[in-house]
Amino acid sequence: MKKEYVFTLLDETITWGLTEICTRCRVDSDLVYEMINEGILDPEGSSVETWRFNAVAIKRIQVACRLKNDLRVNLPGVALALDLLEELEELRSRTTQLS
Amino acid sequence: MDYKDYYKTLHIAKEASQEEIKRAYRKLARKYHPDINKDASAEARFKEINEAHDVLKDKEKRKDYDSFGGNWQTGQEFRPPPDWRDSFKGDGNGSRRASNPHYSEFFESLFGGNPGHFTSENFSSVGQDGGRGHDLNAKISISLEDSYHGAKRTITLNRIVNDGTGIQTLKPQSLHITIPKGIMEGQQIRLEGQGEAEFVMGPSGNLFLEIVFEPHPIFTVNKRDIFLTLAVTPWEAALGATIAVPTLGGNVDLKLPANSQTGKKLRMKGRGLSSKNQVGNQFVTLTIHAPAAHTTEQRELYERMAEIMPYNPRSGWEVEK
Repeated sequence: MKKEYVFTLLDETITWGLTEICTRCRVDSDLVYEMINEGILDPEGSSVETWRFNAVAIKRIQVACRLKNDLRVNLPGVALALDLLEELEELRSRTTQLS
Repeated sequence: MDYKDYYKTLHIAKEASQEEIKRAYRKLARKYHPDINKDASAEARFKEINEAHDVLKDKEKRKDYDSFGGNWQTGQEFRPPPDWRDSFKGDGNGSRRASNPHYSEFFESLFGGNPGHFTSENFSSVGQDGGRGHDLNAKISISLEDSYHGAKRTITLNRIVNDGTGIQTLKPQSLHITIPKGIMEGQQIRLEGQGEAEFVMGPSGNLFLEIVFEPHPIFTVNKRDIFLTLAVTPWEAALGATIAVPTLGGNVDLKLPANSQTGKKLRMKGRGLSSKNQVGNQFVTLTIHAPAAHTTEQRELYERMAEIMPYNPRSGWEVEK
């Protein structure tokens, strides 16, 4: 018999508050604050209580943690790397469409 | 078992200093980190680089490794000497821990399983806390058709399982995955409790599967939108036509307006990667292909066209001819 798993598609319809995103990504809120200050994360909402993080934020936190741990990059470096990677992805996508 | 030349892996000389090893490792790790390098082989290369670094950065391990001599080549059939574990330090106790898929057979035969924490095959892991197992991240490749229609996939992963007594074993495990309709590249599916088991029978972590699209022979994709270049004849473009255009859901008739030009973009609403809540479209870009004039009759036809409808597509340029 096939086993069923509880699975969730992390799409644009789901958002999380600060506590939830820390639990989901298993990081401290201090790290999330630092990521917001570095521009790695940009939650919707004007105050800590109303902040909402989307699925993109989860992925950015995961990638940021891996880059930090594996390559010993500090957070400003991670922010720069993520911006450049996004730009690279956009350029790759455009090149594919043109070819 | 194949010999691995760790010096070659890091592109360094056998006499390299610890500083040189560190520098070479960092440079290659940046280049092949799977979050940075999207090449399918990057992850395997990243593991090789880490394995080479784990041996060469450790003076004892490096000394043991060097003791085999310098005449071995990568890929050459290799067996460690029978007294290897008695003569050399290796992992200290000579016991076989569970095989660690992050290391090669070559590494394990010399140094045993990783004495520290290790993770299941094809995964990177993040964060262990409060007695819960690590979360695991992996990628799953699907076709655009799988996303368009939704799909079910079974994947088999070699995973590390704890038996509750602290002994870890590697077991293949099949997971039946539902791919939701309209899923986009880069999106993640979270499978609760399917991450790494906690060491002393605590709750397992979660498994995050990131979607990667396989290349498609005719379509390209950007987020939810599908792109197709459609070749048309000059008469279809000039007179207008109804053309059967491939979409991920099968052929759909597209009405081409008269006097269309190369580069014209037409939208086929809802023919992209639509989910429950979001609509994706297909965009068709025209390219006019003119048939070659081989016969006298065909050449005359082109000459007649030139007479009847003189047209210079370079009229905006300074040099017009």
